[in-house]
Amino acid sequence: MHTITLKLVTIVTERILEDRLLRQLDELGVSGYTLTQATGKGSRGVRASEWEGPDTRIETLVSEDVANAIVEHVAENYFEHYAVIVYVQNAEVVRGDKYL
Amino acid sequence: MDQLSSLASNLLSPIVLAFVLGVVAALVKSDLKLPSALYNSLSIYLLLAIGLKGGVELNRTPLDEVVGPALLTLGLGVVTPVFAYNVLRRLGRFSRANSAAIAAHYGSVSAVTFIVATSFASAMGEQSEGFLPALVALLEVPAIVIALLIAFVRQERAGSWKDALHEVLTGRSVILLIGGLLIGLAVGPSGFESVEPFFQTGFQGALTLFLLEMGIVAASRLKDLREVGLFLIGFGVIVPIIHGLLAVWLGGLVGLSPAGSAILGAMASSASYIAAPAAVRIALPEANPTFYLTASLGITFPFNVTLGIPLYFAAAGWLVG
Repeated sequence: MHTITLKLVTIVTERILEDRLLRQLDELGVSGYTLTQATGKGSRGVRASEWEGPDTRIETLVSEDVANAIVEHVAENYFEHYAVIVYVQNAEVVRGDKYL
Repeated sequence: MDQLSSLASNLLSPIVLAFVLGVVAALVKSDLKLPSALYNSLSIYLLLAIGLKGGVELNRTPLDEVVGPALLTLGLGVVTPVFAYNVLRRLGRFSRANSAAIAAHYGSVSAVTFIVATSFASAMGEQSEGFLPALVALLEVPAIVIALLIAFVRQERAGSWKDALHEVLTGRSVILLIGGLLIGLAVGPSGFESVEPFFQTGFQGALTLFLLEMGIVAASRLKDLREVGLFLIGFGVIVPIIHGLLAVWLGGLVGLSPAGSAILGAMASSASYIAAPAAVRIALPEANPTFYLTASLGITFPFNVTLGIPLYFAAAGWLVG
């Protein structure tokens, strides 16, 4: 099957940032995303609220330009004060034009 | 002697003992833990129940009886965060962000502390005003706004003020309390009758289960006590007592009953741990969550539930009665 190469951007962060991040991803040109609950341990032991539930994991398939913009945006706004991980992988995507 | 026996009966209530059981379970590293869905359901049930009951009582209370206590509550919502901020900033030498963050918690209210105080009053056979839940709703928001304002006015901030305000105003506790009050107000005592068995009979049991989880969470904060330092530990006990006694005294002056003043004291002394942490995390991300969560959940909540509430009732008997 014909596939094209896109970027899979994954952000794992505090639940409290979810709404704000999704709004900003929209502005950066993201057309869709997948949300899952995540738990784990990292350099920041403490989360905002014990009962806000687990962290959130946002995955989105985007073009390279948008992927760079997302990474830059997250780094600039959230790295300093929040628990956040962001990484980019190559993904072979079927029906790839859907995500551009 | 009377005070001592009321203290003993508070410590021996199922609610407080369930809290202690939660603490013990966490300390021995038991796998006991309420599923978060159950915890959330219980908190919705409790908040809606007190909102509804408050609304029904409001329905049969003449407006002029409520005005004085309502204005006092708003006043407390302004004074307590400013006082707490100055103690933290000047005496405790905390950073602006940390002082404002902690002040937001201590100005705002813990609905569960309010509920435990109300249960204590009924266990003691003391009558309190039914409209008090309306005051909880009034006390919740202003203090958080004031404390965040202090931080934002003094300095440009990294966090989002707009998102924080949205979080405070649309948080589940505000929506459920105010929504419940309005529903109760609209349907009145006769309309409430149909749902009363569910919201009345199960209430103390739900509260007991909830406090079990609170004990587990509070105990999990204890490991951070060393990190927060002696000043904040003392702050978490002394400032609530000052806020509480001030509210008890003023409550008597605006015409609240002794039990009503004592419950208002418990409200003013309590520190928020649901609405405030969420708003503060968004608005003041540079503030350290370990400070405000440990102080409010690990120190002030356990203090109030065990010793604080009987103290405010004793003070009310003294100052108001």
